[in-house]
Amino acid sequence: MSGVRVLVGTRKGAFVLTSDGKREAWEIDGPFFGGWEIYHVNGSSADPNRLYASQSTGWFGQLIQRSDDGGKTWEPVGNQFQYEGVPGTHQWYDGTPHPWEFARVWHLEPSLSDPDTVLAGVEDAGLFRSTDGGKSWQELAGLRGQDSGSSWQPGGGGMCLHTIIVDPSDPDRVFVAISAAGVFRSDDGGKTWRPKNRGLRSGSIPDEDAEVGHCVHRLAMHPSRPSVLYMQKHWDIMRTDNAGDSWEEVSGNLPTDFGFAIDVHAHEPETIYVVPIKSDSEHFPPDGKLRVYRSRTGGNEWEALTKGLPQKNCYVNVLRDAMAVDSMDECGVYFGTTGGQVYASADAGDSWAPIVRDLPAVLSVEVQTLT
Amino acid sequence: MIRVVLPAHLRTLANVGLEIELEITTVPTQRSLIDALEARYPVLLGTIRDPVTHKRRPFVRFFACAEDLSHESPDAPLPDAVLTGGEPFFVIGAMAGG
Repeated sequence: MSGVRVLVGTRKGAFVLTSDGKREAWEIDGPFFGGWEIYHVNGSSADPNRLYASQSTGWFGQLIQRSDDGGKTWEPVGNQFQYEGVPGTHQWYDGTPHPWEFARVWHLEPSLSDPDTVLAGVEDAGLFRSTDGGKSWQELAGLRGQDSGSSWQPGGGGMCLHTIIVDPSDPDRVFVAISAAGVFRSDDGGKTWRPKNRGLRSGSIPDEDAEVGHCVHRLAMHPSRPSVLYMQKHWDIMRTDNAGDSWEEVSGNLPTDFGFAIDVHAHEPETIYVVPIKSDSEHFPPDGKLRVYRSRTGGNEWEALTKGLPQKNCYVNVLRDAMAVDSMDECGVYFGTTGGQVYASADAGDSWAPIVRDLPAVLSVEVQTLT
Repeated sequence: MIRVVLPAHLRTLANVGLEIELEITTVPTQRSLIDALEARYPVLLGTIRDPVTHKRRPFVRFFACAEDLSHESPDAPLPDAVLTGGEPFFVIGAMAGG
């Protein structure tokens, strides 16, 4: 292993942070696309020099940028995200029908085997695929077209498809998560989809265990066990052992089970990380203490990780796409905050140090382990 | 020759200076001006108009000759002073946000 590359999307540009295997000294490159919101930057595992970035503003819309040299240079590629057919309506915040309107790309998920193939999760919720390196995009309309689409509603950040996980053992199996609709799974490469929300309970919808309508904030999977997924829901940490057919709560002894980010240790499938946030009305850590919680038991039993993190007067948030792990021999864990810090742990969470302290608000963090 | 001034973000994107000059070969209107702009700088596709509906983005406005032309028909003729190059056509990012 020769090093890591951390890809950071912020409210005002993208940054690329690189280090060797020790992960002590860091080189900071950026801002790229200064002034634009970069919801996500992600790299291809088939070709680590192939990166994709989602660049947008409320003024000038959406662009997709592509790099073929690990983020040194970028070129804009296709930005036409046209819903298939008549888009129809979803629920608005007040429950009235609202037309489906494209706003931005939240998440880019490159194929595990082909650098030119990439999935894009968008707001208003939909899933698009490019097979030509981002030049053109086609909607996988079976997701939005399945029966429940008209009942989906936006969460606080908009009605976004924010999580895409492709089963590494079966590329036809894809999981997505939508706020606020829930988890959906396709077993045929994205043609057809079924809701996978049994076991979720949400007090903010009329039928608290409805099949659809849950505000799922994030999913995480360990590649060696693709039928086990972990979820940070609006409230509740959840776990499935049967690829989403049923979920059980594993919030256990967390100080609060509200939050956004969740991830899995690179080498220990039962070791998971969350950042508890006080509540949905106070998007900051409890007691002004920024604590990552780690469970080594796949949930329920959690320990606070505080070494190197601020333990007073800290009122930042950690957003759903802003946590990632590397796969070095000793797993590194990374997260970014709305206060502009990117924290790294080179010892699986035991201790933390900021890579950089004063970026714009961090929207996303991805890590590439470079060989 | 029509002079066009783009907002800073779009100048960076298109890699152009403060003012650019465009030749329009069809009837000069907002629509044909933006068509010509996008044809010369494809990276601007979708940034001024929605790429699907071709409607002006809500936070983009068009000014010229000290007038707000944002709500003119896209097929209305451009002002004479813009056509002669006496006045530039401004594409403006709406004053909003921070």
